[in-house]
Amino acid sequence: MADEEDDIILSELETEDLVLQMHDDLYDGLKEEIEEGVNILLERGWAPYKVLTEALVAGMTIVGNDFRDGILFVPEVLLAANAMKAGMAILKPLLAETGAPRMGKMVIGTVKGDIHDIGKNLVSMMMEGAGFEVVDLGINNPVENYIEAAKKEEADIVGMSALLTTTMPYMKVVIDTMVEQGIRDEYIVLVGGAPLNEEFGRAIGADAYCRDAAVAVETAKDFIARKHNQVAAG
Amino acid sequence: MTDALSRLLADRDWLMADGATGTTLFNMGLQSGDAPELWNTDHPDRIRTLYRGAVDAGSDIFLTNSFGGTAARLKLHDAQSRVGELNRSAAELGREVADAAGRPVVVAGSMGPTGEIMAPMGPLTHETAVEMFHEQAEGLKEGGADVLWVETISAPEEYRAAAEAARLAQMPWVGTMSFDTAGRTMMGVTSSDMVTLVGKLDHKPLAFGANCGVGASDLLRTVLGFSAMGPEIPVVAKGNAGIPKYVDGHIHYDGTPELMGQYAVLARDSGAKIIGGCCGTTPEHLRSMRAALESTPHGPRPTLEQIAEQLGGFSSASDGTGDAPVAQRPRRRRRG
Repeated sequence: MADEEDDIILSELETEDLVLQMHDDLYDGLKEEIEEGVNILLERGWAPYKVLTEALVAGMTIVGNDFRDGILFVPEVLLAANAMKAGMAILKPLLAETGAPRMGKMVIGTVKGDIHDIGKNLVSMMMEGAGFEVVDLGINNPVENYIEAAKKEEADIVGMSALLTTTMPYMKVVIDTMVEQGIRDEYIVLVGGAPLNEEFGRAIGADAYCRDAAVAVETAKDFIARKHNQVAAG
Repeated sequence: MTDALSRLLADRDWLMADGATGTTLFNMGLQSGDAPELWNTDHPDRIRTLYRGAVDAGSDIFLTNSFGGTAARLKLHDAQSRVGELNRSAAELGREVADAAGRPVVVAGSMGPTGEIMAPMGPLTHETAVEMFHEQAEGLKEGGADVLWVETISAPEEYRAAAEAARLAQMPWVGTMSFDTAGRTMMGVTSSDMVTLVGKLDHKPLAFGANCGVGASDLLRTVLGFSAMGPEIPVVAKGNAGIPKYVDGHIHYDGTPELMGQYAVLARDSGAKIIGGCCGTTPEHLRSMRAALESTPHGPRPTLEQIAEQLGGFSSASDGTGDAPVAQRPRRRRRG
């Protein structure tokens, strides 16, 4: 690859072209190229937050849109998210140092009784790809796990997944408990999983049902923006 | 052609498979979160009842209670050391029920996905996947399963791993995928992709097809996609009994026995040779399906409109097959 004539040397690109090239490289799931691109942008004096939003998150938005539109599928999205994560690993300590604004934090897990985790893992990866912090509670979570983690992590979002029709109703138990404890409105509650639908999401009192991982990311961004607006207005 | 399924396929026009395992066991008191496979040794009577439910309703084939019987899944219940034992019991109980049926009934050793994402996207290598499926397959074989029945697969890599495991176990097999994402599997496989995938395997399945997914309509669209490719291997249709609805704190599948009867006939007309149900399909549904298949003559291949009219609409406008142009993102230079 390196000795091909038309091979791209990232460090020789103008910054604007480099960012566009990074969008393409994310699209192609090229991990090492993304790491290199992140380092070059930092060397050129970009703030870590600007690298995150303009190079990585913007690139993943394109991936997310094409996934939503049925042009890309899970395997490609996973490779892109892996590349994004590699770039994120470089930025994370720097972001903390510079006190950059947070995208938001999500606590996510498969509900009690349900041992399916692929869908939840996809959402985690895509959310991280969009710059969110994700705390993954794994499978088979009773209500206490969600509530404790949400409090401890000061999460913005609680995400619940179920792949079984028999375990879907447990989502309502979690939401009802949050209501009882008077903390329901402190969190954005998103639910997902193959057998769910919008009607179900509404029936159990979730903020939204997310059809797939790409929708989950868009919905999360949307709710976080609204939350910020409310804070600004209040 | 020595196995029971090949004999039935040669003798008959169509075969009926079984319905739901998971939802039936939950109705018998299985607690959510528990591994159904543990009941093979803890409550063998209930598993016999499950199997008999399908056989008495007229199923020619039933699947064993071993869907989550790979080490990857049993590990979640700390039962990864019991793969051989639990799969063997699942098949032994099946053998017992099938042999008492008084007619040929096939015991199909169910093998579900590992639940892990395969390399290079995820951590599961081909070798490890083959090893896990092979371990399960040997247990099912020892317990007397006639064939292995791989189901609800999303990734082509995992389908290939299961095929290799069946070869290593020297067992005939059937393999179906779940097309639940706008007509594709979660990993983007279309119905026509699957026909191509199956065609390239060294150890070909006796039958291939679709199970679970969204509703009965979507599943039949997938079956039409298979048969349009003119596959040489028989097609399996195992659809859910409608769509799950949340009613008074419980989940209820909205497909009635009558609707599943219509589904079964349409599945046969669409080109399926093995027809069964999946989630939400009870023995009552199966009886209705059997009666409909026996009393209705073969019809012409249904159109998508006819399917939608009888069974309800589709979850997406397209299923990814055909000539519909896919918008490609304009790219900068491609990397070498």
